[in-house]
Amino acid sequence: MRLQYPTHIHIIKVPCTGRVDLFHLLQAFEQGADGVFVAGCLEGDCHYMHGNLFARKRVERAKEILAATGVGRDRVEMYNLSAGQGTRWAEICREFDERIKNLGPSPIRLAHEKKAA
Amino acid sequence: MIKATPKPLEEIINYVKDFNKILIAGCDGCVTVCEAGGMKEAKVLGSALRLYYTQAGKDHEVVETTVTRQCDKEYLAELKDMVENADAVISIACGCGIQYLTEMYNDKIVFPGVDTHFMGINADRGIFEERCAGCGQCVLASTAGICPIARCSKRMLNGPCGGSDNGKCEISKDTPCGWHLIYERLEKLGQLDRFTQPVDPKNWRTSRDGGPRVIIREDLRKAEPQHGSAH
Repeated sequence: MRLQYPTHIHIIKVPCTGRVDLFHLLQAFEQGADGVFVAGCLEGDCHYMHGNLFARKRVERAKEILAATGVGRDRVEMYNLSAGQGTRWAEICREFDERIKNLGPSPIRLAHEKKAA
Repeated sequence: MIKATPKPLEEIINYVKDFNKILIAGCDGCVTVCEAGGMKEAKVLGSALRLYYTQAGKDHEVVETTVTRQCDKEYLAELKDMVENADAVISIACGCGIQYLTEMYNDKIVFPGVDTHFMGINADRGIFEERCAGCGQCVLASTAGICPIARCSKRMLNGPCGGSDNGKCEISKDTPCGWHLIYERLEKLGQLDRFTQPVDPKNWRTSRDGGPRVIIREDLRKAEPQHGSAH
């Protein structure tokens, strides 16, 4: 298919999005990520029954925490797609990349860079 | 077990925003079971506070830990070095643990990180229901094992009241009438004659009406040597 998507998106593979805990999402931001999205299977299609539904709730909670801490709720998102939707995957990557570029760098990364300078 | 829920993050940030070195002290007991104050919740709160301090450009050091139980001084003693090193402590144990930590480390500022609610059961994942009000004089033997103190909104000993409607309490359609449940179970057990005799008023001095309570179990206390029996 030779689909193109932004090369700076770092992919962390997990067996199921149900494995992604709230503090994993927060730790990514602590380490300077500008944005994080969780790509789970389509709702109703989870091999482990409810993994992607748990993930959605954790992403929602992460949004609340990121809003309260001044990082911004739009820097984290949940998407659902199947393994056969390569075109959609590339589309999501481009869409999320565009969103984060519009938001600018994460205040956490900027603070880290300022401290290191 | 004791049931608690995490306080809103904004409230906790407001408590600690002017401190730099924070210790988050969780408890491996009840609050771990209800997912309000265990290690996982301590890590999430720690991460959230680091994000807050970092974006606000404030120097900070946030440490997370838990102890087996914050309602025992032997376990609280394990926190000594970490508490001394902190400017402020956020305890995410129940109200008992928070207070005992405060008593143990009297010169340290301690903030609550959870709201403690009641003694209850795990009805389902994320659903906790009150079952015991700790009245100090259990009446379950005469109420079919269903507590009228914890489960009747009026704590009536001779219910149900006129507010019982189709098995629901007048306070909410989602709240079962405790006395309706008691009646149904007594009927099932063939013990409806329980209703022929009114129950005498309860001695509420064993409950909160008697002020803060202390239990002294002499059988559990350390034995003192008796005079003249040392040899």
